[in-house]
Amino acid sequence: MSTATATTQRASNTVLLAENVWKSYDADAIRVLNGVDLEIIQGQTVALCGPSGCGKSTLLHLLGGLDEPDRGRVFVNGAELRGRQIPLRLLRHEVGFVFQLHNLIPDLTLRENCLIPTVAAGVDRKTAEARLRQLTERTGLSHRLDQRIQKLSGGERQRTALCRALMNRPRILLADEPTGSLDEQSSAAVFQLLLDLVATEGVTLVMATHDRAMAARCDRLVEMRAGRIHETEHA
Amino acid sequence: MIFLRLIFINVQRHRIRSLISIAGIAFSVAAMLAIVTILQGAIGMFSGILSSDSEIIVFERNVSDLFFSNVPATAVQEISAWPNVRHADAVLFGVVSSADHPIITCFGVTAADARIRNASWLQGNSSNFAQHSDDVVLGERAAEFLSASLNSHVQIGHGTFHVIGIVKTANGFEDGGVFMPLAAAQSFFHKENSSSVITVKLKDKDGADAFKQQVKAKYATLIALEDAEFTRSYSQFKILKATAWAVGGCGLILGGLGVANTMIMSVFTRIREIAILRVNGFSNLQVAGIIFGESALLSIFGALTGLTIGACLLLALKHVPALHGYVDVAIDPAVVLIVILLAFLTGVAGALYPAVYAMRVRAVEALRFE
Repeated sequence: MSTATATTQRASNTVLLAENVWKSYDADAIRVLNGVDLEIIQGQTVALCGPSGCGKSTLLHLLGGLDEPDRGRVFVNGAELRGRQIPLRLLRHEVGFVFQLHNLIPDLTLRENCLIPTVAAGVDRKTAEARLRQLTERTGLSHRLDQRIQKLSGGERQRTALCRALMNRPRILLADEPTGSLDEQSSAAVFQLLLDLVATEGVTLVMATHDRAMAARCDRLVEMRAGRIHETEHA
Repeated sequence: MIFLRLIFINVQRHRIRSLISIAGIAFSVAAMLAIVTILQGAIGMFSGILSSDSEIIVFERNVSDLFFSNVPATAVQEISAWPNVRHADAVLFGVVSSADHPIITCFGVTAADARIRNASWLQGNSSNFAQHSDDVVLGERAAEFLSASLNSHVQIGHGTFHVIGIVKTANGFEDGGVFMPLAAAQSFFHKENSSSVITVKLKDKDGADAFKQQVKAKYATLIALEDAEFTRSYSQFKILKATAWAVGGCGLILGGLGVANTMIMSVFTRIREIAILRVNGFSNLQVAGIIFGESALLSIFGALTGLTIGACLLLALKHVPALHGYVDVAIDPAVVLIVILLAFLTGVAGALYPAVYAMRVRAVEALRFE
């Protein structure tokens, strides 16, 4: 990991900052991001909207340190992300991810899946279990702790993924169409839970979504098209 | 605990593949254990022949095999007279053949030799040994395969011999061998006035170093070694041991390739899972730890299974009549430890490339992997 402590000229409560970020694949054949500038301040809930392929997921990956830009700079909590290595500290303590597909390990139980980030970060078991109890009670999963993922419903799986993402108390939650694989009812329930959790935990949420209704409930809507941010709208 | 679960779940998921890997290591370990133990047993038995009621062996310096060693008879007489020597016995080794049995070990010994004095005589008696030049004493197994009994005549090599006794011994070489009077053996093998070795028992064991120096000073062509020293330094034993470990090692390399194949498949099939772990903060070392852990688990299971199979195989071989006395099932704990360590290292080596591959998995790309 190589994170510099470069100070930005932006607001002191900026948690995520992308400056003129470019990203392409296949030797520039597929241009995904074409000079994106984005600043997100602490505690905001931000919806990234736009058609498929406009670069929403790629931008989330860059903001979370899973990928690096071809050009431009990305800052998380004031520190620039540099280098090809995944920044471990970022992933362990500062950023949580929720994906469209829950990305849980099917052979493990709900408890074991949720404890994975704490194992990575070396959190002691007692603290981790207490945090797990707290999150599963809030998400209504406390009775399913020892169930294998295969036995959980789609909504339960996504709530489990949400718990896992928040286990190490990250300040930023990056959600890539978190309700995209759920039916309408489950989708609404999970989204409401997501909003409740980020509000009570004081987490900044950046969510890629196609659902305009959900986007409208966020503090801010960022519209993307062809790898660029065309407009930002404050709800 | 979660870390261990991440290691175990993949073994559980792919049971057949894991079992094949374990079997690969197990059969390699079993083969290595059996080969090394059998050879060590054989070496121990051969050493036992030399160290029968003696602690030092004198033989020709720089010979590749004791069968080629020539120790002059005068040396036996002189050494016997040394004040610190309790007794010194000349022994002549030879290989003879008979119908259907191309190799029979022949021992030319005197009547005073411990092998004759202390043997358990099934037929005949030790006082009759060396009365006539055509007298022989057979080991129990030799008597069986030569279909000989007391006072019968047996054809050995180009000569016919009179069986004056049959002895029982726990040593396979002796049990399947022929004891001849030393003079008869010297004549039979055209080694008049010489023997292969002199086995020496000292009055005071602590005088071994002085004795060896005395031999060195007096006989330029001879060397004296204590039994343990001889076992360690005898080139034939070294070659046998090296061969045994090399053959076993080849088996383990094959087993290791099996583990490597399994682990590569393992990484490929859980690539998405590895990406999930990376996104949740797992470091390169933690990811590699899971891969090495799985490999080590397979290797340890394989080693334990192999040790069990090897031990059973050795027990079974011990009960094969033709191998009676040649197979020693006393498994050396050091061999067990070395075999386990080698199996473990093989497993770890087999996981090297898969672990490096897993460490290079890019989470973003792997999460797209279906």
